Amino acid sequence: MTTNYNPMELMICVASRELEDGSTLAVGTGAPCAAAMLAQKLNSPNLAIMFEAGSVSPQLPEMPISVGDSRASYKAIMVSTMGAIMETCSRGYVDYTFLGGAQIDKYGNLNSTYIGGTHAKPKVRFPGSGGANDFGSFCWKMMVLTVQDARRFVEKCEFITTPGWLQGGNSRYEAGLPEGTGPYKVFTNMAVMDFEPESKRMRIISINPGYSVKDVQHNCGFELLRAPKITETQPPTEIELKILREEVDPHRYVIGR
Amino acid sequence: MKTQTMIEEEENMTMNIIRKGKGELFTDPDPDHARAFFQKKSRKMINKSMTLTKAIETFVHDGDYLAMGGFGGNRSPIAACHEILRQGRKNMGLAGHTTTHEFEILSAGEVFDRVDAAYIVGLEARGLSPCARRYMQTGKVKVTEWTNYCISARLRAAAMGVPFVPTRNLLGTDTFEYSGSIIIECPYTGKKLALQPALYPDVAIIHVHESDVYGNCRIRGILKSDNDLARAAKRTIITCERLISNEEIRRDPSETTIPYFLVDAVCEVPYGNYPGNMVYEYFSDEEHLREWLKAEEDPEVFKEFLKRNIYDCKNHHEYINKNGGMEKLLKLRTIEHLLHKEAD
Repeated sequence: MTTNYNPMELMICVASRELEDGSTLAVGTGAPCAAAMLAQKLNSPNLAIMFEAGSVSPQLPEMPISVGDSRASYKAIMVSTMGAIMETCSRGYVDYTFLGGAQIDKYGNLNSTYIGGTHAKPKVRFPGSGGANDFGSFCWKMMVLTVQDARRFVEKCEFITTPGWLQGGNSRYEAGLPEGTGPYKVFTNMAVMDFEPESKRMRIISINPGYSVKDVQHNCGFELLRAPKITETQPPTEIELKILREEVDPHRYVIGR
Repeated sequence: MKTQTMIEEEENMTMNIIRKGKGELFTDPDPDHARAFFQKKSRKMINKSMTLTKAIETFVHDGDYLAMGGFGGNRSPIAACHEILRQGRKNMGLAGHTTTHEFEILSAGEVFDRVDAAYIVGLEARGLSPCARRYMQTGKVKVTEWTNYCISARLRAAAMGVPFVPTRNLLGTDTFEYSGSIIIECPYTGKKLALQPALYPDVAIIHVHESDVYGNCRIRGILKSDNDLARAAKRTIITCERLISNEEIRRDPSETTIPYFLVDAVCEVPYGNYPGNMVYEYFSDEEHLREWLKAEEDPEVFKEFLKRNIYDCKNHHEYINKNGGMEKLLKLRTIEHLLHKEAD
């Protein structure tokens, strides 16, 4: 039986499978938060979500609009401070983070600061780091959830807001970032990528149904490496879609985009 | 004469500075300058309640560096932001420590000309503010980049009374290059550390749930950095949902987040965070926040919008009355408590 789903639903379902029960996650609003909620409602009821505004392990009743709003601390075990959350990450207690950005490069570095012009007079100004640089520096596995687009996947970020593998190889740890941390996987509407262990360059590991390696490369501004064996991404299941649509995002704030 | 061993020991005791960010520091990180200020600040437990108009007139000046409590529209001093626009403050410094709707308002008034940017311009899941973006793209605003944790750590350093605290973020990034941080080699481990210089704002404005007239405050829900902010700021203005008695404060001191001696003014402003979300009180007015974003698309339309909603309003309650009044507030209370989801 063929199930109908849109690219956003696919990305969220596939990403949510990474979040095993009993793990910890630092996350923002939007699609990453939907993936966390789906995981929490389906397979990982004891996934501890942490929001940078201070909430620890809430049971989200609906999608928060802000990581500091009432929903983000609903039925939490504790409300604390931004420092306390970031320091939990800095101490090595947080397994995952999901991030996004206006640009991502072949080493998984992210730009959410500006594009075009100069820093003093940017053409397009974005929010800046927020907590992204902190999460990307400290959390063990950094994951990215974003649309596959050649303007977004660029050879080199104009501005590195959040560290990925920096210039590849061992450069991330040489810069002083904690050993063992770094970009882990990238989920797009077309594929799932990881990073080749030596060069730390992004590579395709799995193709989403309906797309080809050629499609992914065509929508990427740099040359993607290819894993020795590229698999087909498991499409969303009936139950994933049901929970996503009925419980996680009934107003279609994220999955309707 | 120094022996070779003494020279080597001295050399070993030098802290190795690896790299400096090129961002400007907009505030003085010297704890002794701050101590000299705090030494002279009154410790008297006197009635500090006043109107918001008076508090902004007295404690917020052109050119001051301002930091606000709350997290991006949640428990944020929105009424105070409107009053700052009405009083026409200019050339201020600003801590962009996840400032969303606040940043949108202060950009509309072109109140600031320098920003410590951790999170600015955006409104999280709601999108980006066209007005804030236009203002930040004029080149008129000096920007030093930081992260949310950097600013938390900077306020922590100030609250500790030390010139900096070390952290392990920023390393390897352009966020560091455009920050005012310095990377050093740790004298214990040899690891690289980013120093976060103490941030002592001239003035902090914090919206809280409850305060007594002396400034003893209770905050419910997430704190962000407001405990440290009140301790770091030279002057602190409190706006509160309601005034409570000092007897009530003393009945349960474990609830007190900010003690009176840090506070300069207490203003009772019920719904002072509207149209933002005040946890356990009222949810955000998403419809009205969308109107803001929509109006900003056209500068002429936005000018009228600001006139109606800020400049022509005597105070925050007139603004609320223009946007649905008590009926709207009751609806937002219902949404906050998820009562609309209760079974029939």
